[in-house]
Amino acid sequence: MNRVVITGAGIYSCLGKSLPEVRDSLYQGKSGIIFDPARKEMGFRSALTSKVDLPDLKGMLHRKLRNNLAEQGEFAYLAAKEAFENSAVDQAYLDENEVGVLFGNDSSARAVVETCEIMKEKRDTMLLGSEYIFQSMNSTVTMNLATIFHLKGINFTVSGACAGGSHAIGIGYHLIRHGLQHMILCGGAQEINAYSMASFDGLSAFSVRESAPQKASRPFDRDRDGLVPGGGAAAIVIESLESAQKRGAKILAEIIGWGFSSDGDHISRPNATGPARAMQKALADACIKTGEIDYINAHATSTPVGDSNEAKAITQIFGEKTPMVSSTKSMTGHECWMSGASEIVYSLLMMQNSFVAPNINFENPDEFTAKLAIVAKTLDTKINTVLSNSFGFGGTNSVLIIKKISA
Amino acid sequence: MTREQVIEKINNFIVEDFEVERDKLRPDANIIETLEIDSLDLVDLVVLIEKNFGFKVKNEELTAIRTLGDLYNYIHERVKDQ
Repeated sequence: MNRVVITGAGIYSCLGKSLPEVRDSLYQGKSGIIFDPARKEMGFRSALTSKVDLPDLKGMLHRKLRNNLAEQGEFAYLAAKEAFENSAVDQAYLDENEVGVLFGNDSSARAVVETCEIMKEKRDTMLLGSEYIFQSMNSTVTMNLATIFHLKGINFTVSGACAGGSHAIGIGYHLIRHGLQHMILCGGAQEINAYSMASFDGLSAFSVRESAPQKASRPFDRDRDGLVPGGGAAAIVIESLESAQKRGAKILAEIIGWGFSSDGDHISRPNATGPARAMQKALADACIKTGEIDYINAHATSTPVGDSNEAKAITQIFGEKTPMVSSTKSMTGHECWMSGASEIVYSLLMMQNSFVAPNINFENPDEFTAKLAIVAKTLDTKINTVLSNSFGFGGTNSVLIIKKISA
Repeated sequence: MTREQVIEKINNFIVEDFEVERDKLRPDANIIETLEIDSLDLVDLVVLIEKNFGFKVKNEELTAIRTLGDLYNYIHERVKDQ
């Protein structure tokens, strides 16, 4: 079986548009959350969101490639470009080798809404134009990235709700581990427009702390009142250790374990046993003991039930003395389909730069979160092994473990 | 609408929406080869004609158009009395 390593990363998020920008924001504990008045006018219960600028790709990409990208595809293109550059993979390499692409993405609302609006007005499909079909499918991100970068390997999208980005990396890890692919671009992408979040807001799942947007996302804190939606895209280049060594690539970390499970329970209310089983399976896959995990990048989204149950699951697996824990969603909001991948990129940045990013807004624990070693302020410390949790609607759970390489 | 007005409108949207360089826009330019307009672009051309000239054209009708001059003629014929 092949060892699987990460040799490149790219990020486009509310914390920055490149690895150095995001590293600095994470270290400084910056929040990317704003109040968006347009959402209030639309009828949102909560107008809080992360702020992600729409990029202008004119001049970077030919219109034939650019026009088929939905906004999360544009974010993903920039993250993928940075990841390939970071991994020293150029177009000539992509043209000559079978490189795959797997991304988490679970919606493309704007294109669907605009298609319906044009149909209502024009009542003629011939007046829709060519790009909406390629923008509106869930696989919009992978179909476009494969076309833009001429990728010739595995090519599909994982719609695994808010664990999709993590599942995409997990599946990629297995394909490389078993020798079916030697290199895959993995990631997650999340649209940021209001249409995509309206029905989620309708569940009353979002924080209504609108008077203090940057205080609204407060995972594990006693006074949390819901999540804040976010967006952007993250990408990593994963490959076999053999492939990385042959290319002389710089190795950022090794993926040593993936665990997955399904709660088999409620559609939106997560339980503690599903996540616990996924963590257990990831640890077993990695063949390591709980004491070897230095840091847990929690899924914790700032919802009352979700955070408590994750805390219970962590305590169940790790006992009373847990590894350091923080939820970067305190700064980014919930990056949904992207979060499983972005949180691997955030963890890589912490690993490379020897710090643990803070769980901002954690002021008082509740009965369950009090049992976790939550890092509320930036901590300068070396971390070698990270466990990253991602959970989603329908009770889908994915847990990845990455480690500094010891070749 | 005069032929000159038709030509100007068509040239403008080809430059703006298809990002074709203006100096390539000659009446004898082959639409597919010179202007690099492919089958998906023809779908978008239907939308642009409707937006700019206010009539719907069937995608099949466009397949008979080979050059930019053919496109000028076709559109002008449809709108000359407006």
